[in-house]
Amino acid sequence: MKAAVNIDKAQVAEFYRKMLVIRRFEEASARLYMQSLIRGFLHLYIGEEAVAVGAISALGPQDYVITHYRDHGHALARGMDPKACMAELCGRATGSSGGKGGSMHLFNAKLHFMGGHAIVGGQMPIGVGMGLGIKLKRENGVVMVFFGDGAVNEGEFHESLNLASLWKLPVVFFLENNLYGMGTHVERTHAAGRDIYNFAEYYKIPSVQVDGMDLMEVHEATIEALRHVRAGQGPVFLEAMTYRYRGHSMADPVNYRDNSEVEEWRINDPINRFKMFAMGEGLITPSEVERIESEVAELIADAVEFARESPFPKAEAIYDNIYA
Amino acid sequence: MAEIIVREAIAQGLREALERDERVFMMGEDIGAYDGAYAVTRGFLKEFGPERIRDTPISEAGFVGAAVGAALVGMRPIVEIMTINFSLLAMDQIVNHAAKLRYMSDGQLTVPVTIRTVTGGGAQLAATHSQSFEGWYASVPGLKVVAPSTPYDALGLLRTALKDDNPILFAEHALLYGVRGEVPDEHYEVPFGKAAVRREGADVTIIGYSRMSHVAEQAADKLAERGRQAEVIDLRTLRPLDIDTVVESVKKTNRAVVVEETWRTGGFAGEIASAVQEEAFYHLDGPVARVGGLDVPAPYSGPLEAATIPNADRVVDEIARSFGI
Ligand SMILES: Cc1ncc(C[n+]2csc(CCOP(=O)(O)OP(=O)(O)O)c2C)c(N)n1
Ligand SMILES: [Mg+2]
Repeated sequence: MKAAVNIDKAQVAEFYRKMLVIRRFEEASARLYMQSLIRGFLHLYIGEEAVAVGAISALGPQDYVITHYRDHGHALARGMDPKACMAELCGRATGSSGGKGGSMHLFNAKLHFMGGHAIVGGQMPIGVGMGLGIKLKRENGVVMVFFGDGAVNEGEFHESLNLASLWKLPVVFFLENNLYGMGTHVERTHAAGRDIYNFAEYYKIPSVQVDGMDLMEVHEATIEALRHVRAGQGPVFLEAMTYRYRGHSMADPVNYRDNSEVEEWRINDPINRFKMFAMGEGLITPSEVERIESEVAELIADAVEFARESPFPKAEAIYDNIYA
Repeated sequence: MAEIIVREAIAQGLREALERDERVFMMGEDIGAYDGAYAVTRGFLKEFGPERIRDTPISEAGFVGAAVGAALVGMRPIVEIMTINFSLLAMDQIVNHAAKLRYMSDGQLTVPVTIRTVTGGGAQLAATHSQSFEGWYASVPGLKVVAPSTPYDALGLLRTALKDDNPILFAEHALLYGVRGEVPDEHYEVPFGKAAVRREGADVTIIGYSRMSHVAEQAADKLAERGRQAEVIDLRTLRPLDIDTVVESVKKTNRAVVVEETWRTGGFAGEIASAVQEEAFYHLDGPVARVGGLDVPAPYSGPLEAATIPNADRVVDEIARSFGI
């Protein structure tokens, strides 16, 4: 791990805290799922935390984030309240969508977090259109569009890259390549092999591949990408090589890969790796780490408590907000 | 009062919105340099410039999705999908996204997108280019579906659509663009969910929308020759649906026939028939009749195609068969 950009102690603590919030949130939600407090699909982000935190923390409040159904990490990294998120996962009235969206559909319009979209690839044209809207309004925001390796074989992926490049839109395409779409390895789905960022070149979009288990590398590449986009030079494509430790969803028995593969990726655990780096550089002390860990534990325990105690939505809410 | 055609009425509604509100812009295939596949946007590119009249690649999911995204950040896009047949490539964006985002975000997101598209057959374009899917879209909560049949309605409903904050599918029938009619000079709007009674009568209610409301009127003419008075109702919007006007009429006439261009199986006419039976069963002299398109892919050859699409004679025959009048 390297630190080419200046990063101060406060930032280091914040990065560490955010990654830990995501990890603990996901662990807690897995427990609530086992207790049937969370139902439906639950897709955990454990192992990929450095991507959401490294990338999203480079954005400003004027920028937008849109992502797919594995969205808890992005939502929390963007600053959504773990209470509202956990309550949403539990289908409660106090959830970020009043219990109407669930795990795959988190939204917070105030934070410019535009979801949470569960049709593979579907969020991509929408993200591109947000970029178009920003450009037409002469605003200076950027849209960061997250998607998985599974999305790149959809037509909407290609249509999105083409439109964004053609119209020079302020979009950062952020591919989280965790090597699998459900149980199918990228090498069995993608004719050009695992290095998907090569695709972008054809559409004349500058692209970079980064180690998604390395927060600083993700962060620095994102800052560089944003510089290009903010200069009005059109979209950029980033590919973070990463890995999800858990199954695709809680319903996945993970029959398609060897546990040794998981263990190998765990050696590079993004949170541990960042902690070792920061301590090595003297950017964080063991006691600060300890303090952050206990604060985060409390934050997540509170979120769980909040979700458990929150009421279910009232029956009348069923017809609310179908139309504006 | 001016006499204009449907094409001009729609162009006028679009122009007004573009002039009134700078958040409004248009996207679609060949709407600019080509002047629109059905010439609705003729001259727009010159008038409003390429930033607001955006020719797109042939990329329906891409630009419909982009319209949704632009709407999410405060724009008011109008999309033209060249024909409703091609809307299937954007159905994911229309049904899974545009129609869902407000609900799934519990009111945080707003999707003011009007999707204009061309529906219907009758121009010998064969099976892939002659379909009418507006009834499918009308079954989706979160969408509104509009199907005008006259210049007056086309302009009045479009004005309403372009002020509405919801995703709207605005289905323009290919064979109605040249239909002439009177349009007031002063401003008016036609609200959604308000059917038009085109003609009053006591003997049977004929329900149609889009081009089939004209067929319904022609059938009413033929019935009049036999001394029978049909009431003709043009639904104008499928969602919201004004079932009350239909039910009121049926309570008076005791007979109903629904005319629709799309396939009878699974058509929106079934929804109307069912609703009428639920609301007015004891007023009915017989089952609600349906005259729909034949259950075949649209054939190319003129006589064959003509046989698939409802016409006035078929409506009259069906009324005779069902009700003996
Ligand atoms: C259009 C569509 N097809 C299939 C699915 C079912 N599905 C949900 S997630 C998924 C895998 C997607 O993998 P990827 O994009 O790599 O994201 P990851 O889960 O790895 O984060 C599939 C096939 C879907 N939701 N949408
Ligand atoms: Mg994947």
